[in-house]
Amino acid sequence: MSPPVITAKSLTKKYKEFAAVDGISFEVAPGESFGLLGPNGAGKSTTMRMVGAVSTRTSGDLSILGLDPNEHGPEVRSQLGVVPQQDNLDMELRVRDNLIVYGRYFGLSHAQCGRKADELLEFAQLTDRAKAKVDDLSGGMKRRLTIARSLMNDPRILLLDEPTTGLDPQARHILWDRLFRLKEQGTTLVLTTHYMDEAEQLCDRLVVVDKGRIMAEGAPADLIKQYSTREVVEVRFGSDRNADVARRLAGVGERLEVLPDRILIYSEDGDAELALIAEMGLEPITSLVRRSSLEDVFLRLTGRSLIE
Amino acid sequence: MTSTRALAPTRPLAKPRSGGIGALYAGNARSVVARGLLATRSTNYLIVLSGFFEPVFYLLSMGLGLGALVGNVATSTGQQVPYAAFIAPALLAVSAMNGAIYDSTWNVFFKMQYAKLYEGMLTTSLGPLDVALGEILLALLRGALYAGGFMIVMQVLGLNLAWTAFLALPAVLLIAFGFASLGMAITSYLKTFQQMDWITFVMLPMFLFSATFYPLSVYPTAIQWVIQALPLWHGVELVRGLTTGALSVAMLWHVLYYVVMIAIGLVFTTRRLRALFLD
Repeated sequence: MSPPVITAKSLTKKYKEFAAVDGISFEVAPGESFGLLGPNGAGKSTTMRMVGAVSTRTSGDLSILGLDPNEHGPEVRSQLGVVPQQDNLDMELRVRDNLIVYGRYFGLSHAQCGRKADELLEFAQLTDRAKAKVDDLSGGMKRRLTIARSLMNDPRILLLDEPTTGLDPQARHILWDRLFRLKEQGTTLVLTTHYMDEAEQLCDRLVVVDKGRIMAEGAPADLIKQYSTREVVEVRFGSDRNADVARRLAGVGERLEVLPDRILIYSEDGDAELALIAEMGLEPITSLVRRSSLEDVFLRLTGRSLIE
Repeated sequence: MTSTRALAPTRPLAKPRSGGIGALYAGNARSVVARGLLATRSTNYLIVLSGFFEPVFYLLSMGLGLGALVGNVATSTGQQVPYAAFIAPALLAVSAMNGAIYDSTWNVFFKMQYAKLYEGMLTTSLGPLDVALGEILLALLRGALYAGGFMIVMQVLGLNLAWTAFLALPAVLLIAFGFASLGMAITSYLKTFQQMDWITFVMLPMFLFSATFYPLSVYPTAIQWVIQALPLWHGVELVRGLTTGALSVAMLWHVLYYVVMIAIGLVFTTRRLRALFLD
C-alpha cells in the first residue's frame, strides 16, 4: 500500500490555555476521501488550517506529502487545494480572472493558467459566466468557482471546509456531483461537515471530533454498526406522556432514548418492537421505523445538548 | 489516545517556527502586483485622478497666486528661488506620498478586513513577504504616477531650475516606496475605521508643516527637531535640492532615512501578515 499523504500524530493546537485541537491522530491514504465530523467549535477548522499549512501546531507531529508544514509552508501549500468555509473570492476581478490570477500566485505561466481556467470553468459549469462579476453569481455558483479556483494548481489533496453550508438542496447536489467526479479521478479529498448526509455521500472514512478530540473513527457504515443499531423506532405519545410511557418501555429494544417530543428505540428489528408496544396496549400518536443513520451515531457521540 | 501520547517524548514537543526566508518569500511578488493592476480596471478613475490634482491645485493657488506677493524665498542651502519653485518640489514629494498612502492605507485596510484577499493569497504558495512586497510596489506605482504627472506640470511651468531635476524621478520613487511600506505596516495593525482616521490626523499637519510652504528656519529649534524627525521633511529637502540644483551631502541622509523606512515597513508588514494569516 502506498504511504499516507497525511499523517497526524497527537496533533495539538492551543490558543493560550484553550486547546482547540487536543491531541488528535489520523492518517489519510492517497485517493481516499476523508471526513472530519463534529459540532461547531469541535476543532475541525483548526485541524484543517494546520493541514493546510496556514496554522502552526503547538505540539505533535504532522506530515503532509512527507513534508512538515511548519517548516515548508509554501511547498506544502503548492500541492494543496483549499476551499475555505467562507468564500474569499476576489471581488474586484471577474470570474475567469479569479482563476487566472490565483494560478499566477502558484507561479504558473499565463498560458498555463488560461488553459486550466477554461477547463475548470467547464468543470464548474460556469463557462457562460466567465466574464461575469463575482458579485452577480449565486451562492452555489460562487462555491463552484471557489472549488474551480482550488484546482488551478492540480492539487494532490483538496481540503474542503464545510463545502455546502448555506446552499440550497439543488446547489448541494450539483456540488456533490462535482466532488464525486474529483474523487473518481483519484483526488484525495479531506472535508469537514456537520451534514451527515454529506458525510455518507462523500466520505470513505471519517472521524467524529468533539472538543478537540477524536470520538470515533471508521467508514460510515461501520460507525453505524458500531455505535447504533440497524433500525430506529421513533414513537410519539405527546410531550406530557413521553416520560411516563418511557418507564414502561424499559427493556424494549437494545437502547432507549427519551427526548422531549419523542422516544427513540434502537433495535435490530423495528417492526417487532412496534408490535411489542402495541401488545403492551400503548398507543403512540405517531410511529416511524427507519434505518439508523450517521446522525444517530453523531448525536450519540457528541450529545444532544446545544453546543455554543 | 494513550498509544499516540507514548510517541510524543521521542520527538521535541513544540518545534520552533521556521525562521528561513523560504517560508516567507516565494519570489513571486509580481503576481500580487499583476493582480492589483488587473483589479484597478474596476476602480473609479475619477477618484484616482482626484488624488493627483490636489497638490496641483496647491501649486497653482499658492505658488502662482500667493507667490506673486511673496517673491523670492531662501532654501535651506541659502539659495534664493521664486516662491513657486520653492513649494513645487515639496508638493512633488507630497504627490508621491499621497499616491503611496492612498493605496497602502485605505485600500489595504479594506482588502485585509473585508475582502479577505490576503487570507486567500496565503493559502497558495505565496509567502507573507510576497504579499507585502507586491502590495507595497503597487502603492508605489500610484505614487510614481502622481509624481510623474506633477513633474510634467513643473516642467511646463518652468519650475525645474537645474538639470539635476531629472534625478527627482528616482527620488520620488524612493519616497513613494517609503510611505507605501510604512503605510501598509501601520494599516496592518489597525482594526477599526476610527483608528484609520488617525492616519489622516497625522498626515494633514505633516503636509502643512514639513517645510512645504516656508523654510524650516521659521520654527524655534525644538520644533525644527520634531519636523526633522518626520518622513515628509526628508522627502521635501531631497527633492528640493534636486530640482533647484543645490546638491549636498545631507541628501544621502535623506536617502538613508527612506531606505530604513522601507525596511522597517517591509519587516513589520511581513510579520503582521504572518501573525494574522499564518498563526
